[in-house]
Amino acid sequence: MGEFNVKKDQLILGIETSCDETAAAVIKNGTDILSNIVASQIESHKRFGGVVPEIASRHHVEQITLVLEEALREADVTYDDLDAIAVTEGPGLVGALLIGVNAAKAVAFAHNIPLVGVHHIAGHIYANRLIKEIKYPALSLVVSGGHTELVMIKSPGQFKVIGETRDDAAGEAYDKVARTLHLPYPGGPHIDRLAQEGDPTSVPLPRAWLEDSYDFSFSGLKSAVINTLHNAEQRGETIEAADLAASFQQSVIDVLVKKTVKATQEYGVHQVLLAGGVAANKGLRKALTEAFETITDTELIIPPLALCTDNAAMIGAAGSVLFENGKRSGMAMNGNPGLDIETI
Amino acid sequence: MKVLAIDTSNFTLGIALTDGDQVVGEYVTNLKKNHSLRVMPAIESLLRDCDTKPAELEKIVVAKGPGSYTGVRIGVTIAKTLAWTLNIPLVGISSLEALAANGRYFNGMISPLFDARRGQIYTGLYQFTESGLESRSEDKNMLAVEWAQKLKELNVPVLFVGQDIAIHVDTLKDVLGERAYFIPAQAYNPRPAELAFLGRDKKQEDVHMFVPNYVRMAEAEVKWLEQQKK
Ligand SMILES: [Zn+2]
Repeated sequence: MGEFNVKKDQLILGIETSCDETAAAVIKNGTDILSNIVASQIESHKRFGGVVPEIASRHHVEQITLVLEEALREADVTYDDLDAIAVTEGPGLVGALLIGVNAAKAVAFAHNIPLVGVHHIAGHIYANRLIKEIKYPALSLVVSGGHTELVMIKSPGQFKVIGETRDDAAGEAYDKVARTLHLPYPGGPHIDRLAQEGDPTSVPLPRAWLEDSYDFSFSGLKSAVINTLHNAEQRGETIEAADLAASFQQSVIDVLVKKTVKATQEYGVHQVLLAGGVAANKGLRKALTEAFETITDTELIIPPLALCTDNAAMIGAAGSVLFENGKRSGMAMNGNPGLDIETI
Repeated sequence: MKVLAIDTSNFTLGIALTDGDQVVGEYVTNLKKNHSLRVMPAIESLLRDCDTKPAELEKIVVAKGPGSYTGVRIGVTIAKTLAWTLNIPLVGISSLEALAANGRYFNGMISPLFDARRGQIYTGLYQFTESGLESRSEDKNMLAVEWAQKLKELNVPVLFVGQDIAIHVDTLKDVLGERAYFIPAQAYNPRPAELAFLGRDKKQEDVHMFVPNYVRMAEAEVKWLEQQKK
């Protein structure tokens, strides 16, 4: 009695191991990054031309405690300071997920700290809250190696998928086209770079509009690129790789931007949040920024590159919201490669 | 000293709490169920039943493989994370050595084994001496028939341990005849208390650097190395 009831800062330890990055971070009040450590395995997977699940899992075991220790040390917090541990529960590579999940459970158990399982895409979306406070309802365009989705966020931690890819994710299409052009792995950034030098109108490529739906489809476009190259080769012609990359990228971006703008208007959202690894794509960032210049009542938020690729700060940020919502996970939590964002 | 032992390297899920020379509690199942889901609840419930708090633990011992890649990783991840976060020593013990301990009173060599598919096994050779269980041949992955032929040259009785002997019993008998002995079913499963005792006096690991002993390279790596040679 008589004491000041000062609200203590909320501190969350975030852990992410769903694919090829071992990551840990400490987040204050869901918005401030105290530390954000990422051990990338990309160099190890390059020789295989893609992420090998067994190799990824092996690397996660090598890195997990190092990354955790570094995150706590850099944030200068102790276990007593932590309000919760948030960990990516899914989706992702199951063997990779369960390294983070079991490490999180062990720390939570050892120090009796609440545990919160986080959906990886919810993490990508909430990376935006590390930049700016979210105003609901918000719409997120999620573009990554495994996902291309439009997600409505009506209130904190409440997600509804209004559109998703019917075949390949945009990131997958990027990787396949990059392989066709003999670009090194991972192909996305190479196409983006090449595209800056090419003419986006030089090679006619299709756009899958899928009218009356917010769904996406990129497999037709991918095939068109492969066929275009093949046919040119047979005729003994050459197509500039930069022109093809630019035309391909333009086709992807046209569809992403147009559908995002349409959903923005239909749902009357306050903010549009770009999310996912492909959000690092320069062409996409530029096109979205231009499109939203004229839409004055909706704010477009684009996280910096380091928060677009997989990291644990975003898991901490999403975990903060879920923790406030009362979500708790038990010691029986498992890595769940098919986790549904609408039911978390 | 309170020791928590964890073995999830194969079908057997084993957790033990020992205190000095006393086995305080053991939890063992032999089920084809998901270890990732069950290990932490098993540890939680065993420690609760034994009135022991995580902070009271003084050492973690873990079966470090060989075995199922995923299974070994789950145990090793939990063990190294617990040891790191509680700031206590970690000891890794071969999963085969832990299994070999079941042959304590056998007068001869002990060959623990796990099936490794396509006629292969993970195995090693162990022997009890006055100073305890000693390794006579390092853990390896090879064809059961080749292993049997190597053992034949030793010309000593060999006790095979582990539930997967059922898969290879004919091969082993064919080659070794009378010198092959097979442990009975009630001693098929590695016991986590044996694991705890094996780890009690062993040198501690560098927790951060500690990884499973997979014995085998990942398939993708094998293929990649083959391609480099071409
Ligand atoms: Zn991701």
